[in-house]
Amino acid sequence: MLAGLLHLDWLLLLCGAWLVVGALGIVALRRFGFVSHVLFPLGGLVCLGVFLVALSAIFDSPETAVLPLGLPGLPFHLRLDALSALFIAVIGSVGAGVSIFAAGYFRKGEGTPPGLLCFQYHLFLTSMVLVVLADDAYAFMVMWETMALSSFFLVTSNHRIAAIRRAGYLYLLIAHIGAIAILLCFGVLQANTGDYTFDNMRGQHLSSFWSSAAFLLAVFGFGAKAGVLPLHIWLPEAHPAAPSPVSALMSGVMLKTAIYGLLRVSFDLLQMQLWWWGVILLTLGLCTALFGVMFSAVQTDMKRLLAYSSIENIGLLLVGMGLGVLFHAYRMDALAALALTACLYHVASHAFFKSLLFLGTGSVLHATGERNLGRLGGLMRYMPWVAWVTLIGVLASAGLPPFGGFVSEWLLLQSFLFTPGLPDPFLNMLIPVVAAAVALVAALAGFAMVKFFGVIFLGQPREAKLAQAHDAGSLERIGLLWLVAGCLVLGLFPVQVIEPIGRVTALLVGQNLADTVRANGWFLLAPMSVERASYAPLVFLVVGAASFYLAVIIVRLLYRGQLRRAVPWDCGYPAGNARMQDTAEGFGQPIRRMFDPFFRMNIKHPSPFDEKPVYSVSVDDHFWHWIYLPIAATTEAVAKLVGRLQQGRISVYLLYSFVTLIAMLVLVRL
Amino acid sequence: MSWSGVFSQLLEIVVALLLAPLLTGWANVWRAWLQNKSAPSLLLQYRTLRKLFHKESVVAEHASQLFRATPYIVFGCMIMASAIIPTLSTDLPLSPAADAIALVGLFAFARVFISLAAMDIGTAFGSLGARREMLIGFLAEPALLMVLFSASLITQSTSLTSIVETLAHREIVIYPSLAFAGIAFTMVALAENARIPVDNPSTHLELTMIHEALILEYSGRHLALMEWAASLKLFAYSCIGLTLFFPWGIAEVGSPEEMLLALPMLVFKLAIGGATMALIETASAKMRIFRVSEFLATAFMLAVIGMLVHLLLGS
Repeated sequence: MLAGLLHLDWLLLLCGAWLVVGALGIVALRRFGFVSHVLFPLGGLVCLGVFLVALSAIFDSPETAVLPLGLPGLPFHLRLDALSALFIAVIGSVGAGVSIFAAGYFRKGEGTPPGLLCFQYHLFLTSMVLVVLADDAYAFMVMWETMALSSFFLVTSNHRIAAIRRAGYLYLLIAHIGAIAILLCFGVLQANTGDYTFDNMRGQHLSSFWSSAAFLLAVFGFGAKAGVLPLHIWLPEAHPAAPSPVSALMSGVMLKTAIYGLLRVSFDLLQMQLWWWGVILLTLGLCTALFGVMFSAVQTDMKRLLAYSSIENIGLLLVGMGLGVLFHAYRMDALAALALTACLYHVASHAFFKSLLFLGTGSVLHATGERNLGRLGGLMRYMPWVAWVTLIGVLASAGLPPFGGFVSEWLLLQSFLFTPGLPDPFLNMLIPVVAAAVALVAALAGFAMVKFFGVIFLGQPREAKLAQAHDAGSLERIGLLWLVAGCLVLGLFPVQVIEPIGRVTALLVGQNLADTVRANGWFLLAPMSVERASYAPLVFLVVGAASFYLAVIIVRLLYRGQLRRAVPWDCGYPAGNARMQDTAEGFGQPIRRMFDPFFRMNIKHPSPFDEKPVYSVSVDDHFWHWIYLPIAATTEAVAKLVGRLQQGRISVYLLYSFVTLIAMLVLVRL
Repeated sequence: MSWSGVFSQLLEIVVALLLAPLLTGWANVWRAWLQNKSAPSLLLQYRTLRKLFHKESVVAEHASQLFRATPYIVFGCMIMASAIIPTLSTDLPLSPAADAIALVGLFAFARVFISLAAMDIGTAFGSLGARREMLIGFLAEPALLMVLFSASLITQSTSLTSIVETLAHREIVIYPSLAFAGIAFTMVALAENARIPVDNPSTHLELTMIHEALILEYSGRHLALMEWAASLKLFAYSCIGLTLFFPWGIAEVGSPEEMLLALPMLVFKLAIGGATMALIETASAKMRIFRVSEFLATAFMLAVIGMLVHLLLGS
């Protein structure tokens, strides 16, 4: 019986399994050991199953199903094609690592009871998979909202702290503003037919005005979820508030569902594409990436730093997608496929390295109770395990070879180099500037990542209590290792990874890069031809290791002396201490100074005569003051105005009714 | 992969390892001459390395494994960089494995590790140096990438050997876009190799040093590796400049006998290059650290302008 099941059926069964695991969590609400040591690993196994099923589904033809759920006469339509399968594979593979980590992570007595947390967590995973599977606007919106709500409850799991409640509220607010735009987008797409299935939308031929309207609404709606400028403000608030495995899932996977939605709408549901959509995506992506990386370099809270880094990566994804739209609009589909491959590759590599980094901060948070970079330091000595694993994530995130982040950046830069073929000279001029900015973003990301790793793990501990920090437990280690393996596979086997991605680009723009890539050998990544550009990470790694050993051999041959441990050189100043190291603020200072106009800074310098001098600096977001605070002030003013009507006396309300009645009567007479 | 290819690959690495300290020494000799000082021996760098290799290594008591591994990693990166860059021949088996972007990534890799190692000890100078190194790095890296892109746009390839082969057979003597890229590259190379006007290789004045602050805690064999790696980096950068802007005299696939001529040619070009660098160093003054960002931003802009010029003129 099982052999006859389609991939889609398997996925639904696995989603059901997640819900069962979640429901068991509700039953065993406060049995901490059962939830953490049985249910979360079970959920992780299901994740693994989801990953495998989705991976094999990428290579198969699309499957559809109609679920008897939903309203009468309005069932859920589901469809599994290569695009959705790829995103489900990312959800499953990252989810597996995060779930195993979570099994060792959640501790007793923190906010939401463990069983409920388990339920919310698995509901979140299920809803993400179903969002990606949805094939009509109704199912999509229901799942989108389930995803938003379950993640809201996860973010606020420590709900006794007011700041966390506020962060959760902000997240929910922005998520809903986005959801309204998505709903409107679907409204435009169905073109007055009243049929909200995606199949119907694919068949509609909208005018360029309505297509653009739908596209812009999608950019706004999905942008709110992804954290595109200027709707990014919830990210740096929600990520530090959420427990680390939740941050890892939200940043690594949930943001990608927004990318999925944008791809689905602009490449699948809309039948035409205009070149200026690409320019919009490029511009938005570039601003987002630059903004994100600048802010991540000046943060002093480790999770905020990573949140801003996620904003940066979302920007890079949009740049890749914008380039894809641009090429597709000019019917240069091979290049569109290259740009989209870069985008989708980055979806996968960002999912892995960002989850890895968030989980690493989770271990640090557990061991030390500190999120503030100014109170950390020197942890490599006390938690070497977490430190080395995080280092891999840091290198991947900084876009260094031979890790995953480098391959996607390499592909993105390659697609920029091919642009001079565009028929529009203005665009040809614009593109090198964008390429330069992307290179700048990548290099700045390296700065932020060195700061992140160096301040947390290297140097001397800035607080005495850090000496008691303990390394991650065994379940946490397995989860971390799984994600490290992902980073390595993505970095070292690009040809094999492009194989499934090629299926997706074939679906979106009709070109499959995998055939060319495969023809050039299993270890050599050459998207066009070997003469134009090629990169072989495995050879790179082997030669790198050989060079390393050559250095070791040279030293063995030449060296005769000993190694001696001593106190570090103090430059003749014996009173040096750990507080004299560069702080997070200090490390970010050059960035603050160079990009001064982009920050809203509040610096307090002590006067020279101060008995107890205090120096403080805070970096704020301009967008708060430009957009959100004015909106909030206006809303409050309007609410106060309306509030004047509320006098709290029955006679006044009767008077209102009377006046309304009179007005209606007059209106009818007219 | 042919035997001559493997041979030229190995020869490149050996030549780089052996000649790199000589290039540094040569530049120092010229600098002394230009500044009316009596010059040190041309072989001083080799003696320094020999001396350091025979000294005891002192490592801070709480230094992590990262600190001890970094000299080897950085040295390995520089060996690899000099293997990728076609200095003597374009018949390199490693060439398809890493293109211009990977080369920039390789330099970034070394920089990240050297900065992390500097932060590892937790002294004020180390982290100061790391911060400044990353500051220079994040501006110099995209500028270098754009310089390489200028050449890539002309040759329609990011593979370094293809770039050299195409540029060596060009008709125009100098491309206008490459002229801009050349100036940008010179500025980047000065900054990346800790030269005046960005950093002073012969100072230990605390407030101005960058490279010296990074390697302050290293001694003995580790310091020797770091110094050798710095020489190799200078050598690699000089070779990038030579391959991009003066790509003549490099042997091509199928003509290994040209290598006989390529080596003296390389030495000749490097000798002129080293002397020119000494001249620039003598003629300019060290800048404040925050002028460095302007200096490198100018380099970045010039490189981008170079690309735009190529697209405008179509050549």
